[in-house]
Amino acid sequence: MTAPPTRAAFEDFLFAEAALLDDWRLDDWFALFAEGATYEAPTVGAPEGDDPARSLFYIADDYVRLRERVLRLTKKEAHAEHPRSRLRRMISNVRVLSSEAGASAVTGNFLCHRSKHGRIDVFFGHSLYTIDWSREPWKIRSKRVVLDMDRLYPGKISIIL
Amino acid sequence: MMLLEPMAPATRAASGLVVEDRERHLFRVARRAFTDAEVLEAERRAIFDRCWLYIGHGSELLQNGDYLTRRVGGREMVFNRDRAGAVHAFLNTCPHRGATLVREPRGNALSFQCFYHGWAFNVNGRFASRYAEGNYGEGHYSGGCADLTPAPRLDQYRDFFFICFDRDAVELADYLAGAKEYIDLVADHGEAGMEIVGGDQTYLIGANWKLLAENSVDGFHGLPTHSTYFDYLQNVGDIDLGAVGQTFRGSMQDLGNGHAVIEYPSPWGRPVARWTPAWGEDNRAMIEAGRARLVAAYGEARGLRMAEYSRNMIIFPNLVINDIMAVTVRTFYPLEPDRMEVGAWALGVTGEDERLRALRLFNFLEFLGPGGLATPDDVEALESCQRGYRNQREAPWNDISKGMPRGANARTDDEEQIRCFWREWDRRVASAPALDRVGPAG
Repeated sequence: MTAPPTRAAFEDFLFAEAALLDDWRLDDWFALFAEGATYEAPTVGAPEGDDPARSLFYIADDYVRLRERVLRLTKKEAHAEHPRSRLRRMISNVRVLSSEAGASAVTGNFLCHRSKHGRIDVFFGHSLYTIDWSREPWKIRSKRVVLDMDRLYPGKISIIL
Repeated sequence: MMLLEPMAPATRAASGLVVEDRERHLFRVARRAFTDAEVLEAERRAIFDRCWLYIGHGSELLQNGDYLTRRVGGREMVFNRDRAGAVHAFLNTCPHRGATLVREPRGNALSFQCFYHGWAFNVNGRFASRYAEGNYGEGHYSGGCADLTPAPRLDQYRDFFFICFDRDAVELADYLAGAKEYIDLVADHGEAGMEIVGGDQTYLIGANWKLLAENSVDGFHGLPTHSTYFDYLQNVGDIDLGAVGQTFRGSMQDLGNGHAVIEYPSPWGRPVARWTPAWGEDNRAMIEAGRARLVAAYGEARGLRMAEYSRNMIIFPNLVINDIMAVTVRTFYPLEPDRMEVGAWALGVTGEDERLRALRLFNFLEFLGPGGLATPDDVEALESCQRGYRNQREAPWNDISKGMPRGANARTDDEEQIRCFWREWDRRVASAPALDRVGPAG
């Protein structure tokens, strides 16, 4: 069986993903996701491994709603992000947690700054990915964004984290 | 207290900040009401120190010993169930020197102990430390001076618990007035009652708290602010756009004491009992069975009303129960004139099928909350209003007049329900105790 990619290869993938989000290339970002993929953000302080079918999250998108989320953000009627905020995020501490059958569970820390109207919102936490590397191009099967703040200080997650 | 010169002497004005001219069909609110620290102080005294305030739902304290901490009306509270099952609301402060007593957001405890000097309390609030003779007089153990301080009033309606810091306030049932009927319409969704689903959304908004009170029951902003949400519903087959117009065929009720509700046919699916094609045929029978149960239990008229209609309700000053594409319970408090903290929860049917629970939560998040496809635009609107109020010297008034010529036949996209809120706000703020009466209570 093929050996999983190196941590550095996953880092490159996550760095590229981050750049797409910061540059508002959202269609290209959505293309990173496999059909049937999920994108989730549990509430701050939620127990690890919480299930959006049982607990209230901030975001629990299936593939269709993720596509719609991206589509919505491309419209000027998505008022919270029109005009668009300015974004830059740092990705670090990337680790490969496990690998099986052409896919790996990967985690990394993030620090995302969002600036709009002279105010700076800071989001920090870690993300959990399942990344399918069995064929090119790699695809994200799931992404869970875990905010590590103790309260959601910005009143909204109007961007994609 | 008169806070601002009224606009015209012929108009009704109590605080001076709300002006209603029924002849000219004009209702205006001074933008100063959203920005002024003196107004906020008047609100603390006349509203948050006097009104019944929501603290939590009984389902959040399922087991004896369960507790949670919550900010209510500017106070830090402990809301808990004692070992005998009685529910309490204590000020979360040690009677000894004032340290925060309970520092976990929630949990289960047999007793509470202050970390500072170690004073301990039974979960019913009684002082439970025992020191050697000579340390304290007998009164410390028997007189109650070392017991936890409870909220002056605590009561519930259908498992919604409220506290009040005014000993002389009217009974909760009288305070809730017409809102009780609409709480019933939610509380009756489940045969075994309703429960707060795990996970709460707490977030800050950079806007005055009253902007969210207005927004929560504002049918007028729906289409302009949330067109991308309605696009989404259309794209996933949850709606035909012609149905959106019908939302304005609903009605509005003044529930008394500043409470108000709008009620309208739902353009979206409702997990309680309104299936839509977007949820798939697999789920259809389950949801239609729920609908049949409501009709059997409550009759055709009330059953279908519960199944089909959506309701946005504000209970003055700051409890919102919106029974829409899911049920959300929301409360919010001012931290500063231009900053509020919001607490929002999902309410579900106790013991409901896990597929229905999953659907309910999925549906909640399509619109609601900081990461929903609609609420972020509401937050943007509120913060945008707050920024706009920097211009108040030249542009000092908000207009809340929509629908006034319609009188009692207000539509859901009129602003009468918002006027109900403001009339009560005005009445209460006008009666605020003078600001120079600051000092320790009684």
